[in-house]
Amino acid sequence: MRLAKTLFTARETGILLALILVIVAATVANPSFVFSGDGWRDLLLTPSLLLLVAVGQAVVIITRNVDLSVGSVVGLTAYLTGRLFIDVPGIPAIAVFLAGGLLGAVLGLVNGALVAYAKVPALVITLGTMYVYRGINIAWTGSDRINASDLPKDFRGLGTGMILGLPYLTLIALAVLIIAAWYLHTRRSGRELYAIGSDPAAAHLYGLPVTRRILTAFVVSGALSGFAGVLFAARYGTVASNAGYGWELQAIGAAVIGGVAMAGGAGTVWGAAVGAFLLLTINRALPIIGIDDFWQQAVVGALIIGAIVLDRVLAVRRHRKLIAEREDHR
Amino acid sequence: MVAAPPDPPSPAASAAPLLELTDVTKAFGAVVALRSGSLALHRGSIHALIGENGAGKSTLVKIIAGLYQRDSGGFTLDGEEVDFGSTAQSKASGIAVIYQEPTLFPDLSVVENIFMGRQPTTRTGGIDRRAMRAEAVSIFDRLGVRIDPDRVTDGLSIADQQIIEIAKAISLDARVLIMDEPTAALSGVEVERLFAVARSLRDEGRALLFISHRFDEVFALCDTVTVMRDGAYIATTPIAETTVDALVRQMVGRDVTDLFPKLPSEIRDVVLEVEGLTRTGVFRDISFQLRAGEIVGLAGLVGAGRSEVARAVFGVDRYDSGSVRLGGRTLPRGDVRAATARGLALVPEDRRKQGLVLDQSVTRNTALAIRSRLSKWGLLWEARETAASREWATRLEVKTNSLDTEVGTLSGGNQQKVVLGKWLASDPRVLIVDEPTRGIDVGTKSEVHRLLSQLAQEGMAILMISSELPEVLGMADRVLVMREGRITGEFERSEATPENVMMAATAEGAAA
Amino acid sequence: MTAPATTVVSTGTPAHAHPFWRRALITREAAIIALLVLVIVYSIATVPAFGSPLTLTYLLRDIAPILLIALPMTLIIVTEEIDLSVASILGLSSVLTGVLTQAGAPFPVAALVAIVAGAVCGVINGFLVTVVGLPSLAVTIGTLALFRGIAVGLLGTTAITEFPEEWTDLAKALIPGTPIPVIMIPFVVLAIVFAILLHFTPFGRALYAIGLSKEAAHFSGIDVAKTKFTLFVLSGAVSGLAGVYFTLLYSNARGDNATGMELQVIAAVLLGGVSIFGGRGALHGVIAGVLLIGTLGSALRLAGISGEVINIITGVLLILSVVSAAVLAWARGRRISRIGRRRLRTARAAAPTP
Repeated sequence: MRLAKTLFTARETGILLALILVIVAATVANPSFVFSGDGWRDLLLTPSLLLLVAVGQAVVIITRNVDLSVGSVVGLTAYLTGRLFIDVPGIPAIAVFLAGGLLGAVLGLVNGALVAYAKVPALVITLGTMYVYRGINIAWTGSDRINASDLPKDFRGLGTGMILGLPYLTLIALAVLIIAAWYLHTRRSGRELYAIGSDPAAAHLYGLPVTRRILTAFVVSGALSGFAGVLFAARYGTVASNAGYGWELQAIGAAVIGGVAMAGGAGTVWGAAVGAFLLLTINRALPIIGIDDFWQQAVVGALIIGAIVLDRVLAVRRHRKLIAEREDHR
Repeated sequence: MVAAPPDPPSPAASAAPLLELTDVTKAFGAVVALRSGSLALHRGSIHALIGENGAGKSTLVKIIAGLYQRDSGGFTLDGEEVDFGSTAQSKASGIAVIYQEPTLFPDLSVVENIFMGRQPTTRTGGIDRRAMRAEAVSIFDRLGVRIDPDRVTDGLSIADQQIIEIAKAISLDARVLIMDEPTAALSGVEVERLFAVARSLRDEGRALLFISHRFDEVFALCDTVTVMRDGAYIATTPIAETTVDALVRQMVGRDVTDLFPKLPSEIRDVVLEVEGLTRTGVFRDISFQLRAGEIVGLAGLVGAGRSEVARAVFGVDRYDSGSVRLGGRTLPRGDVRAATARGLALVPEDRRKQGLVLDQSVTRNTALAIRSRLSKWGLLWEARETAASREWATRLEVKTNSLDTEVGTLSGGNQQKVVLGKWLASDPRVLIVDEPTRGIDVGTKSEVHRLLSQLAQEGMAILMISSELPEVLGMADRVLVMREGRITGEFERSEATPENVMMAATAEGAAA
Repeated sequence: MTAPATTVVSTGTPAHAHPFWRRALITREAAIIALLVLVIVYSIATVPAFGSPLTLTYLLRDIAPILLIALPMTLIIVTEEIDLSVASILGLSSVLTGVLTQAGAPFPVAALVAIVAGAVCGVINGFLVTVVGLPSLAVTIGTLALFRGIAVGLLGTTAITEFPEEWTDLAKALIPGTPIPVIMIPFVVLAIVFAILLHFTPFGRALYAIGLSKEAAHFSGIDVAKTKFTLFVLSGAVSGLAGVYFTLLYSNARGDNATGMELQVIAAVLLGGVSIFGGRGALHGVIAGVLLIGTLGSALRLAGISGEVINIITGVLLILSVVSAAVLAWARGRRISRIGRRRLRTARAAAPTP
């Protein structure tokens, strides 16, 4: 009974319903939104990439930090992917995946080290690394671009192909999601991330290994973004120096809409995942209901603000209720 | 309230102490927090540690907890010398501290809070939630309390939070439990529950340390009491062999009246009228008057709501109903600026967080409340601030090398003088001081008392909130007493005694 | 070393522990100004064409928006808040200027509306932070997207490039007889106003108190909410003004104008010695910080190094400035406790315990 109530009132359920509503509304306006070969595939494919980045972002935000550099990491690793396939002919895809993930992890480690050891706010650090990484990306890319023909067909097939009616990419993203959710829910170190975000001072007092956990969170975020970058190349085939541009905002938006509080300590990767789907599906649905898709960013912004205001209003209301209850018992 | 007399200490208590500190010292820069701290805790005993604010109790506790390292002196646990470099180490050795303000993780559940970092795991390495929950429930059963293990700890009452901290200690199999002023925010029923828990822990053979200001509780719960004063150990006595008066004398160190040079002053017209002041859940129907030249003491236990009333009167917090009139004119609610302009000032309870901006200089702090007054045509330059700061620092005899020293580096007594200077500079008619001498050395204490007395003599109306009975009795022309948000007593200087003030503060006289 | 014993304050007690020159020169602001001078000198020496007056003109013209926005941003960061939406407000203001001008409105009207719109954006930010009680980081990440989104939504990918010549000429004009652009006049005026506000008024004192201890500020009669609200509105209005100038300078109103400029503003402010934790900083350091970033960009461009390198350098400078501040604070903490321990030893040696 209690479980049912928790499920019913959970944020994740709410946005899942919202997502279904949006899909239904868009499909009613234009049935090919879902009921067409491309429609169904694109509905699932595009958000899957963002999902990876959003999951990583959620892990960082849960520790009461933020990672603004994820978009740049995606761009760098996407280009790395192309370069590896071109410069190292015959390189196995698995090695490319590893390289991308590793590069992302190292970039994330830089962030984590600066935040954890120098104790400087993550906002400032990742604002800086966002531009440093993007600058390196552009400098490396120059006016070059990776084309679909530069990438092995099997690899590209991974990015666009389907199995059992679901895109490979979506299945990969789902696998990552399940692992991340299991880790955060069931492992001690996962729960410690929540504790650190909930009250950093108490976490220190408890003797939790705060520095190590924060490093881990940023490495995870970097690695997932790196992974997403490799898959970006697989999905789109074309990689220019602006790959991943603006993804940090969408990832943060997805997490916040999904119930991951910016103050840390709360929220789930499930929520971030649904948030990613909701965000991008709304963007795709906009033109169908007659709104220019130039308004996409405005929608992201409005949703972010709406989510944090909602959280605040609910928190104040719950706090008042608890105080009133305490008074009745006195 | 608490009625059961304490059980005699179990036979094990007479054995060698489980935890012992001997002649421990600790200093922070130039500030000596502990001159000679000693303590001996036995198994199966509840030991009280009492002393005025600044006596060194919390420093002693923090050394035991591993937060600080002692500078010198002996520290043994079960006969072996220990030196805790961190809180984790002291916890691993079986020492648990329950602070006045428990530090729980508000977003996590009760169960997770208890076991964070040490959750029981299944064979696959994941957390075994069922086992974890079952253990939490069994601990609660053992303690005889009912708390929902699945709810988040955000919004739990302080009493419940403390129980969770105790549950944490038990799950760690703590041998020593230290409770730092645990009853400050508790209602009568909650105190009963806490005491029952404490007694059952004692009967299990653990050693408990109970730090408190409340004599009635000390006499009801504890079997031994150690007194500290000015950073030094004074004496340890079995409860059965001592009285409140004896303890007070040990705490204060000299005859009460010597400390407080109260000057006679002429009491004139009413300047402050507070009527029916109410804030739901905090205080109710507070009414009193202050006259020019008068010092009114506001006594009561910590948590009675006195500081909240002061903040509401001054405008820091809002109130729900009632009125405050200064010099006949009503003060707008929640408007500190207006209150200051009309001649009201509040020297707050927490001088480090509320009274001062620690990273700023003596000058900046002194000038902060009068910054508009010091400006000319809207502009403010340093010379005027420096002049004001020099004037007040000289008048109050603040000890510092230069006026731009950061107040955070000054001693407690000098910090308090800066706060006083800051508010006296605003030329108030009515001054509210909240725990004016808390954490201050004895010398500066009497300077502050002399100052307040002088101000009253010069016509200021003073409301002095204090938890130190001798201070209240020594300084006040009239004593108001608050308990649980209401005024429960009013005594003229001549009729006020420790007994009847305590009675009004606790609704039961101190056991003796 | 300072004298070990502390004395009671008297007329002889100095107002300051150190002489004026020391207080003025051993500061972060002085360090940044020195660095700026060094970079300028080095650039003149090594980069051809850098020394020409034209360089100064282009430099000042291009960084004028950043100079402008850095002024209110400094005040906001001093109170321990942040405004990430400034570049988006600039973009929105630019778009509104273009749209209204294209619709036939006289330019001053269009400009005024744009500036007021900026102030309204500031009101939205201020409302969400001070009334709803949300952290400014979260709010301004959201409004960064929202305001930019509205700007892009209004114009799409098109750009408006037709503006009255008298106004675009004015934006590019120079003060007669000098290579200094005319925009510097309103900037200097605003800079003086903000400097006075921050350093020489009760309002300014309140800002520092809020940044260092919100609670103590509240207890001292400072209306923290109203103060912060005012700052966000100021930030929005100035960003709006910068947007009008930007549009005129490049004769171009686009939804994505000045994307990313918030980084440069924040980097310059932090580089200039303002602490991200609030309560510390001064305007002369900030102005030097902006000039430093601008100079570096200008010198690198003239030396033939591509644009992104400048971004990399800005990012690195930003990170270095906050990390160095953290390191300095840590070192200072250690020094203070060492002095304190030495004092204790002296005191103990002088007075044997009873």
